[in-house]
Amino acid sequence: MTFWEYSPAPESAAVANLQARYRMFVDGEFTDGRGEPLKTLNPATGEPLAEVSTAAPSDVDAAVRAARRAHEDVWAPMPGSERAKYLFRIARLVQERARELAVLETLDNGKPIKESRDFDVPAAAAHFFHHAGWADKLGYAGFGPDPRPLGVAAGVIPWNFPLLMLAWKVAPALACGNTVVLKPAETTPLTALVFADICLQAGLPAGVVNILPGAGDVGAGLVAHPGVDKVAFTGSTAVGKQIQRELAGSGKRLTLELGGKAANVVFDDAPLDEAVEGVVNGVFFNQGEVCCAGSRLLVQESVAEALLAKLRARIGTLRVGDPMDKNTDVGAINSAAQLDRITELAAAGEAEGAQRWSSRCPLPEKGFFFAPTVFTDVQQSMRIAREEVFGPVLSVLTFRTPDEAISKANNTPYGLSAGIWTEKGSRAQWAAQRIRAGVVWANTFNRFDPSAAFGGYQESGFGREGGRAGLEAYLDF
Amino acid sequence: MAVAKTCKLYIGGAFPRSESGRVRPVHDASGAFLGNVAEASRKDARDAVSAARKAFPGWSGATAYNRGQVLFRIAEVMEGRRDQFRAEVAAAEGVGPAAAASLVDTAIDRVVWFAGWTDKIATALGSVNPVAGPYFSFSVPEPTGVVAVLAPQESALLGLVSVLAPALAAGNTCVVVAAAERPLPAVALSEVLATSDVPPGAVNLLTGHAAEPARWLATHADVNALDPTGAPPQLRAELEAAAAGTIKRVLPVRSPHGAEPDWTAPPGIDRLRACTELKTVWHPIGI
Repeated sequence: MTFWEYSPAPESAAVANLQARYRMFVDGEFTDGRGEPLKTLNPATGEPLAEVSTAAPSDVDAAVRAARRAHEDVWAPMPGSERAKYLFRIARLVQERARELAVLETLDNGKPIKESRDFDVPAAAAHFFHHAGWADKLGYAGFGPDPRPLGVAAGVIPWNFPLLMLAWKVAPALACGNTVVLKPAETTPLTALVFADICLQAGLPAGVVNILPGAGDVGAGLVAHPGVDKVAFTGSTAVGKQIQRELAGSGKRLTLELGGKAANVVFDDAPLDEAVEGVVNGVFFNQGEVCCAGSRLLVQESVAEALLAKLRARIGTLRVGDPMDKNTDVGAINSAAQLDRITELAAAGEAEGAQRWSSRCPLPEKGFFFAPTVFTDVQQSMRIAREEVFGPVLSVLTFRTPDEAISKANNTPYGLSAGIWTEKGSRAQWAAQRIRAGVVWANTFNRFDPSAAFGGYQESGFGREGGRAGLEAYLDF
Repeated sequence: MAVAKTCKLYIGGAFPRSESGRVRPVHDASGAFLGNVAEASRKDARDAVSAARKAFPGWSGATAYNRGQVLFRIAEVMEGRRDQFRAEVAAAEGVGPAAAASLVDTAIDRVVWFAGWTDKIATALGSVNPVAGPYFSFSVPEPTGVVAVLAPQESALLGLVSVLAPALAAGNTCVVVAAAERPLPAVALSEVLATSDVPPGAVNLLTGHAAEPARWLATHADVNALDPTGAPPQLRAELEAAAAGTIKRVLPVRSPHGAEPDWTAPPGIDRLRACTELKTVWHPIGI
């Protein structure tokens, strides 16, 4: 060991108030879904956490109809200033129950408690605060003096940020006067169902928010339901393509937030220690299960060796293990299936001739864990340089000239995010202009804010979430 | 005896015949033969896309001031060819001289209007984001890339410039498929574009059976956005489904019952918004 041992600092699981059974939420009530119940696992142990009822097609229909009724009778006619107060209440309740939500999120998702506590839950609350303020100011958003809601919005969200993605879908939809039917991911339904309880506590009218747990078939049924006016999907590019094809010609509005293969570009004048922190944060935050993760490090040849030495030393100090330990940096991979995919892609990297280096940190014996891994000698044609790994795996490529860096950064069908590291402001702006990505972080990485638009170019999807631009997806004008 | 014109495609700033050697007869509103136009092939569509891609860095990288002047120049040159446009619109659409004159004048006004937008798009759609932290965060609209435009089938000139000008003003490069039955005003426009300081490849114009090139363009991986305004509802659905293969942006067509939008109405900025991408840039603040 080259670094200090830490004593365990476990968060208390009791705070999560975990129930043996969770039920779906339709028309203001928790009800038993008619679908086959699912067991959600704790990825850190591989053991079941709770049983969750799921939706059958008839439940999808009931939820969409409840949302339609609530939209027409209550939510759309309500003055924006009143809607604002509901959103404000929800934001406050998320803050008040922050610790419970963070612990539950960590149990269900496997992410380190320090991330769910310091990022996921506060960011979710911030989204409700931000959008609360929009509800009575929509006429000033630049979509004409009297933009109207679309109707019933369907949200289908992924497992990497379960509560935050819920907030990204629910907050703007409600602010704009739409009602929502949301399908959380199959492996992470729990915080969404606690959120349903928050809606009850906030006194939100019945049917305004409906939560339907289930697998992909529930999402497909919801997206295709004729009573849905707008679909917002965050997830894989493959599923995004299916949804866009499914909705073709239907007139339904669609926004997609899909995969990414972000370049993190380090120029030779970059502050290397800061760049190392940024690269580590960029690809190991949330175990790398982030669509905008900086999974391709492009480093200028003259500093590559120095940067890689610092990078390996820093990665070697990351503590991998029990997500409930407050000192854990990298938690559990969300599911066995995802761990298999990461393992397979890493094996493909070795098979195609890249040099693999993995942190020698001890991994827990139970649960789904993957050691932080760096590939060098990576070619642009390799699968690890082209496909989204969605795990703690970094591919390193080098470049000699700034133009080469830009062309390598843009050599991908994706275009969600990018990072730039340089001390020279004009060079950072130059590179930011040329990289085709919806978010560019210069001398920082993985910053998010409800006032700043987020979304992709090309096959990373279309539409933006956050800020004024994010409202467009939920308004008719 | 008048000198008859051979109508050709407009690709990469040049006027080639169709690679396929095919032509398509064009008639006026009463059915009289007006001439043949080139019928674009799949290869022509591909050539047009690669010309548009090649032109993209230059056109999107030009200053907004410069793009505005080039668009204004298009209006100037259209003005000089007003009589030709009036005659061709009257023949294509079967309207009287007064109506044709009004349509041409409105089309020229439309180009001028969008010329004035080039340096205002960022102000209207961009923002500085008041993020909760020591960061400078701003969002700027950028052109989506290569836009395939299926021009309106009925409004041969005004409809065409109403869909082309905003895509161009926003910095995109375009492959335009002209109205299948009324292509002559588009051919005349291509001759205007060629002499209006528009860089070669920024606009490429295909004539022929519109649905065919539309299908090829909808699946083409190097086309970033598709404007299906000129497609009938059934074809539009098919094109949207095809566009999903590459997560193409499909511009919304906001007109009831599949009717063509009223092109004489004020256009608004929906099309500018629809063919731009918002890029958010972050940088730390500190000393």
